[in-house]
Amino acid sequence: MSDKQSSNAYWQANLRIIWICMAIWALVSYGFGIILRPLIAGINVGGSDLGFWFAQQGSILIFIVLIFFYAARMNKLDRDHGVDE
Amino acid sequence: MSQFTLNLIVIGLSFALYIGIAIYARAGSTAEFYAANRGVSPVMNGMATAADWMSAASFISMAGLIAFTGYDNSTYLMGWTGGYVLLAMLLAPYLRKFGKFTVPEFIGDRFYSQTARIIGVICLLIISITYVIGQMTGVGVTFSRYLEVSNATGLWIGAALVFCYAVLGGMKGITYTQVAQYIVLIIAYTIPAVFIALQLTGNVLPQLGLFGTHTESGVKFLTKLDQVVTDLGFNSYTGHHKSTLDMVLFTLALMIGTAGLPHVIIRFFTVPKVSDARKSAGWALVFIALLYTVAPAVGSMSRFNLTATMWPGAETGETFSQPAISLDTIQNDPEKQWMRTWQATGLLNWEDKNGDGLIQYYNDAAAAGPAAEMATAQGLAGNELTTVNNDIMVLANPEIANLPGWVIAIVAAGGLAAALSTAAGLLLAISGAVSHDLVKGAINPGISEKGELLAARISMAVSILVATILGLNPPGFAAQTVALAFGLAASSIFPVLMMGIFSKRINKQGAIWGMLAGILSTLLYIFTYKGWFFVAGTNMLEDNAANWLFGISPASFGVIGALINFAVAYVVSNATEEPPVHVQELVESIRVPRGAGGAVAH
Repeated sequence: MSDKQSSNAYWQANLRIIWICMAIWALVSYGFGIILRPLIAGINVGGSDLGFWFAQQGSILIFIVLIFFYAARMNKLDRDHGVDE
Repeated sequence: MSQFTLNLIVIGLSFALYIGIAIYARAGSTAEFYAANRGVSPVMNGMATAADWMSAASFISMAGLIAFTGYDNSTYLMGWTGGYVLLAMLLAPYLRKFGKFTVPEFIGDRFYSQTARIIGVICLLIISITYVIGQMTGVGVTFSRYLEVSNATGLWIGAALVFCYAVLGGMKGITYTQVAQYIVLIIAYTIPAVFIALQLTGNVLPQLGLFGTHTESGVKFLTKLDQVVTDLGFNSYTGHHKSTLDMVLFTLALMIGTAGLPHVIIRFFTVPKVSDARKSAGWALVFIALLYTVAPAVGSMSRFNLTATMWPGAETGETFSQPAISLDTIQNDPEKQWMRTWQATGLLNWEDKNGDGLIQYYNDAAAAGPAAEMATAQGLAGNELTTVNNDIMVLANPEIANLPGWVIAIVAAGGLAAALSTAAGLLLAISGAVSHDLVKGAINPGISEKGELLAARISMAVSILVATILGLNPPGFAAQTVALAFGLAASSIFPVLMMGIFSKRINKQGAIWGMLAGILSTLLYIFTYKGWFFVAGTNMLEDNAANWLFGISPASFGVIGALINFAVAYVVSNATEEPPVHVQELVESIRVPRGAGGAVAH
């Protein structure tokens, strides 16, 4: 039973990290890059605006950071719950 | 040394390298053939995944797509990279833990159904075969352009090369050649971009050059580009001109489509541990981003260079401050040799419609503004740069910028590396589905390991043959590959895998009906606008934004197909019995990393 509870807690913690990462993932691409672009149009970046930067460069860089952040958090979570390899 | 000899030497050297690797990395077991014995380090796998993923479309076409549309086509940049976030968090680690060899195998085991597995195989085959035709066509075109052989000869040379390392080495051989191919293609893409960024903006890094200052005029490069293209009556480069909803949906379709492409997913079966699968997705994206952050710079700068070639005044000051390029210059100036070379391929063409000896490039659809005024003042009868194919923005880039001959040769080798590496990955996915899911899974379960390995090699050889023949006679739908492959991957494979991992309640019936509903709705929508089975003239509605349901383009519909798949699977599963206990335990077990171990040769 305790095994089951622990694995349930592990899975819930994993889902929480995924939700956080996916929220940022959507915010930088669909948000800043497309839908919210008019809101941040006042911020100038190299001849265009911040939304253009997010759409053409920024979102890709943040995607990379997100994956490595997720991988690192999950390594820690694996160890904490004793399910690492 | 002539350009032809240079091309021959560089391409020949790259091919010798791939064959050397193939001989070194032969596969001796099914575990090696399908999954490189799960011994590939995450960084190496990331590099191989990047080469696997970046096809002729990424290398040759993407910068051109961005060049002529600007901001609106950022969808490709975000869509083709964001999918890796989904892979890293929603699919790759769990499928690695599952520890088998193919995507349909997971579908079959998780949904305890041979039918589900076969539907998975069919989706995989449609996706991979349409995708591989595009690669083979790209190989043929590159060969005929740079090595002056016929399209068919080029294709057969490419096929023979893939045969060498794919049939001999399987996943193991393909992985190591893909690493080499990645290095060739990234060098080929970056060198011309660095030169051009230096020329235009004084920045070594194209990524900074894009947002830097245009040296000649002293204003920001993007501001300058916006001004030049709007002067000519085109939409501004950085502006938002398309439907926001369709942009969002198309990006999402590309993202979940990417995450659902079988040849990408199987790359994550090759790493030793679950934690490596997560990390490897990150490395793959790092290597992909090296090209994808350069692509918008290549696109915008080549657009600027092309425009400045046509209107020399644009380089230093006002677009119309000097007359347009003259026909005489195009035909006789040694620096404009590239225009004549590309005219011969049909990808670039011009026509002096009003006979004034000048070739004016502008948007003749613009009714007002500087371009329309110029056209009236000069008595023009329409745009005189009649053809500019997207693809020449990358292929002719070094020539437009007057770069040395060896750069051109490297670009040719890079284009071939991009097409061949993707083709090999797709062929592996196809042969795995045929030999492992059909032959071993359905037709002859008792087959020996040696027999299965032979079956895998034969199906690989047959797929190469089929792909080559289809590449020689591309069916009408070759150009629609993107819509079809991504639409199907998004509407069938991605949802079924995700539900299989994140829900214990989705059962056999739910998965089968969900997949069928997703695929059929997506195909129906695409065929409605593109013609039944892409036969021209059989479309029921004109393919334009006014006819699309809620303004959703056929290429974006994969997202709706995925939603339909999720909804149907949920409803049907809840109306039928729970999955058996052993399946629920399987789901429990793939959710935790411990115990992934080595290859499972069952």
